[in-house]
Amino acid sequence: MKLLEVDGLSTHYISAGGTRVTRAVDKVSFSLDARGTLGVVGESGSGKTTLALSLLRLLPPAARIVGGAIRFEGDDLLAKSDVEMRRIRGKRMAMILQDPMASLNPLFTVGDQVAETLRAHEHVTRRNAWTKARDLLAAVRIAAPAQRVREFPHQLSGGMRQRIVGAIAISCEPRLLIADEPTTSLDVTIQAQYLSLLRDLQREHGLALIFITHNLGIVAKMCDSVVVMYAGRLVESGPVRQIFNSPAHPYTKALIESIPRLGDSTVRLTAIDGQPPDPSALPSGCAFHPRCPKAMERCRIEAPPNVEVGKSQMTACWLWAP
Amino acid sequence: MKEGTTPVIEARHLTKHFPVRSGLFSRPTGFVSAVDDISFGIDTGRTLGVVGESGCGKTTTAKLVLKLEEPTGGELLFEGKNLQTHDVEEVRLYRRSVQAVFQDPYASLNPRMRISAIITEPLITNERTTSAQANDRVEHLLDVVGLPRRSASLFPHEFSGGQRQRIAIARSLALSPKLLVLDEPVSALDVSIRAQILNLLRDLQIQLGLSYLFIAHDLAAVAHMSHTIAVMYLGKIVEVGEANTVAKEPKHPYTQALFSAALPSHPDDHREGIVLAGEVPSPLNPPAGCRFHPRCAFAMPRCSTEIPALQLVEGREVACHLFPTQ
Repeated sequence: MKLLEVDGLSTHYISAGGTRVTRAVDKVSFSLDARGTLGVVGESGSGKTTLALSLLRLLPPAARIVGGAIRFEGDDLLAKSDVEMRRIRGKRMAMILQDPMASLNPLFTVGDQVAETLRAHEHVTRRNAWTKARDLLAAVRIAAPAQRVREFPHQLSGGMRQRIVGAIAISCEPRLLIADEPTTSLDVTIQAQYLSLLRDLQREHGLALIFITHNLGIVAKMCDSVVVMYAGRLVESGPVRQIFNSPAHPYTKALIESIPRLGDSTVRLTAIDGQPPDPSALPSGCAFHPRCPKAMERCRIEAPPNVEVGKSQMTACWLWAP
Repeated sequence: MKEGTTPVIEARHLTKHFPVRSGLFSRPTGFVSAVDDISFGIDTGRTLGVVGESGCGKTTTAKLVLKLEEPTGGELLFEGKNLQTHDVEEVRLYRRSVQAVFQDPYASLNPRMRISAIITEPLITNERTTSAQANDRVEHLLDVVGLPRRSASLFPHEFSGGQRQRIAIARSLALSPKLLVLDEPVSALDVSIRAQILNLLRDLQIQLGLSYLFIAHDLAAVAHMSHTIAVMYLGKIVEVGEANTVAKEPKHPYTQALFSAALPSHPDDHREGIVLAGEVPSPLNPPAGCRFHPRCAFAMPRCSTEIPALQLVEGREVACHLFPTQ
């Protein structure tokens, strides 16, 4: 059994009068094995964060899940009540957000915040929760945890704060950890430290990881499989190495070719013309067609179907449609 | 730097200390040495890339070059002439010759000005231009950065991030500068747009013979854009040399760790992972000797007492005691 199965998930933002509908996530399907690592790649407005929030059912009031199914450890998450969801969030699946300063409360000590999650989900005494909090700080490789546990977020560096957020996320030993741009605000060497920490935690606790990122480098370094999103739709998915070696969708291909490579400054970068579309006013047919070098008449009219192009590699492109 | 040519800009032993004040009469109680005794030069049509982590002094270096900060020591030479000895007129000329493009095009463009006004503002403040001349100039600059001419009458909110960065570049070119300071010019942009802007900057450099001071934390982008790379750590240059040499075979232990931490561009691209322990120490009390020694895997007793000087090692300069002085 798969740990997580997402089938045809659609999440729309509906404006106050109900007049304007933004298809932030449109019929997205993918699955993730236990202990697997999935990368969800996309630019701003591609719907990757809305997708992550849909999995946790933490959407803002204007957003609705209008279709599809999310099965997590065999449970249908869309059928759960809010109370049941609260028991799942933080316990069976947890999330790390981009900005650690915004996800920590500046008025409480680090220990309070790590212990809060434990106390919410497990029957532990305050004292035991604090002891466990200290162990968790040690688990995320924070030096002098006994002292740090009594400190406030402003006393810690950015890298340490992000470790604290990581400690909170793993405190109840979840099966699935969703990391939304976890290292964007960190320096390169601190990013490397954090990624290797996440990998160690994954190994030690048997976690499955979902990386929501705009950075293909993180996908190349960390993930086994990848989902590429564009304008709310899944344009390509499959095993990471296969997608880097033979991307099927022109968008994926262009994205891979547009990143500069270290020590190779002679080649001109392949740029993608134009800019990502406004999610509330998407082009007709395939949303990528105005920027696509291989666009055909058909792409303008009809949205492409999902086609299997290789072993567990899917793409939504008319070039591959039978 | 090639022998015999005068670099557009040259820094000699450039130093910037910020006083830290505290107490009742805000007496200076210490100094942050943001930039400490650095030297570099940029030739016409070349790019110097500066890499390093936050707090390494790369933005302070940019501010010194832009004359937004005055150095506390050392000197800056513009086309061979010391800036300190410049008179008012020469300083004005310098400010026209050195322009900047900043990270966030949402913050660097005034939302209440039309694009034409944004681009002509430097012209109006610096030279006598008729409105017809200014209009011609705006149209020409929009062509140069690849935006439609009708953009001139629009406002910044009508443009996407990539287009805004093109407008910021057009504005920086309005006075036909010789040197552009590019401080993280693509990090606020979407991935698919970055390559567009990097390509544009490269084309402009070739067409207009511009020199760039390129600052970014994306190592691959810096390596791609630069002819020379300087690696900074806590206000000091630890390694400097030809871009591909430094990127492919870094010699300083910090450069090695930095480049090994860069994300791969392919899943099969395995670099030997050197994960640095700890974090960059506070520049308020930088470690004695080599500033990198507390995090360095090869530190020797000498490293904590003696500051290493830059010296030539296999075609690039390295400041490290691992390499014996010739």
